[in-house]
Amino acid sequence: MSSASAERERRELLIATIAGLLDGVRHVAVGASSPIPAAGAMLLRARNEAARKPPVRMTILGSKQHNFFTNGSVELFDCAAQGRVDAFFLGGGQIDGFGNINLVGTGDYPTTNVRWPGSFGSAYLYHLVPRVILFREEHSPRVFVPKVDFISAAAHTPEVARRGGPYALLSNMALFDFASERGGFRLRSIHPPYTAADIRANTGFAYQEPEHVPPTAPPDAATRTLIRGRILDELAESYPAFARSMAEAA
Amino acid sequence: MTDIVSLEALAARINPGELLAIPVNGVAMAATAALIEAGVSGLRLVCVPISGLQADLLIGAGTISAIETSAVSLGEAGGAPRFAAGIRAGAFDLRDSTCPAIFAGLLAAQKGVPFMPIAGIIGSDLLRVRTDWKVVDSPVGEPGQVVVVPAIAPDVALFHAPEADRAGNVRIGRHRELASMAYAAKRTLVTVERIVARNLLETEDSAAGVLPSLYVDAVAVAERGAWPLSLWDEYAGDDAEVARYAAMARTEEGFHAYLSAHLARRKQVA
Repeated sequence: MSSASAERERRELLIATIAGLLDGVRHVAVGASSPIPAAGAMLLRARNEAARKPPVRMTILGSKQHNFFTNGSVELFDCAAQGRVDAFFLGGGQIDGFGNINLVGTGDYPTTNVRWPGSFGSAYLYHLVPRVILFREEHSPRVFVPKVDFISAAAHTPEVARRGGPYALLSNMALFDFASERGGFRLRSIHPPYTAADIRANTGFAYQEPEHVPPTAPPDAATRTLIRGRILDELAESYPAFARSMAEAA
Repeated sequence: MTDIVSLEALAARINPGELLAIPVNGVAMAATAALIEAGVSGLRLVCVPISGLQADLLIGAGTISAIETSAVSLGEAGGAPRFAAGIRAGAFDLRDSTCPAIFAGLLAAQKGVPFMPIAGIIGSDLLRVRTDWKVVDSPVGEPGQVVVVPAIAPDVALFHAPEADRAGNVRIGRHRELASMAYAAKRTLVTVERIVARNLLETEDSAAGVLPSLYVDAVAVAERGAWPLSLWDEYAGDDAEVARYAAMARTEEGFHAYLSAHLARRKQVA
């Protein structure tokens, strides 16, 4: 298999997994520069249409075609406060075993030795969006740390009522569920060809590992066809370079 | 009355040390070059709610003494190099924020109140580093804690839009955050692609997407004034140019080489 087609299969598995994680949502919002989450949301929308399930609304920040807001960039945040956003994606330069994320940098604040862009809307949206999917492709001990150096957004705040928080963590190697009652991650499935030992070696935080962890299911033929056709067409408006590289791998 | 002035005259209305609000869509890049050329210093930036190339250029050029932002990033082109270098060097006062807190601060100024409550945020280290943000017991409704953030009242709001009419009404379309900036700011300066002869407030359709001249102090024409960034329906971003910046600005010398060429090129166009 060529590396381009292996790369395409890797992305397709992530896209299909995200569509599965979004099952049942009415409105999913996707931040800028997030082609794989956007493709996952588009896949869910297309599937629901085909199955005559309730329609899925999606908002891609920075898109014109996939953004129905008319009240400026505050509208996403107001919408989330009203309970009208069911799912959102957050990443992080560091993600820890408590589900806290760091988008600011490593080392002593403020003169962080590695500085990332900043917290964006995370400190707020993590409290307000019920199904926050943590998506970070790099799966390594420097990303998945025991404790983040700076908490941009906290997963668990018993001192205040909240409806939002982490739902799952998806990387290039595995999918974890977030068990809110235990305040930590539980390994749900491993993307082939990785093994449970690979995940242990590359995860810096402690997590629950069931005795048997299944492989992450690859997308079926119908899903692949959908991704390679309609989804890439829809993606091209917001993520032309990504859609092109997926199409060229064919 | 809104003054219609030259780009240089518009930039000259921004004084050293002022609190300057800038957006992420409708970015006045030509005015930013004019501002750098005028040698203004000590500006305190408020990014609404994030920034990219504009903030990075202003930082690299030594124009600012403080920045409040939820992020600075060049998007697909990667991290903002002068922002990161400035933080390492402690070159400016850094006020990390989160997007809706900046909108809440502007809204407080818009409504003439000292602070605005906002949901979420509790548990974030932003509360530790932003000592001007407070957690209070809600004085009304269900008992519980809530974050309050102080009003943000910029001295100047600066942005770029497709068009203004002769009276200084500015079409901002659905980019209502530009209106939020103007409502909160003491003065608003706008560059536009063109000035149109018709009255933008004349019909319900056209008026809906317009910031009235009441809030607009001065307008200057700057064709392709957001370049190399995009402007809505008018033109796409010049991604190759932003990538070129990202590569050059990795070093201080590279940044200054980029900046000189950038300013020279702007003069040629003007």
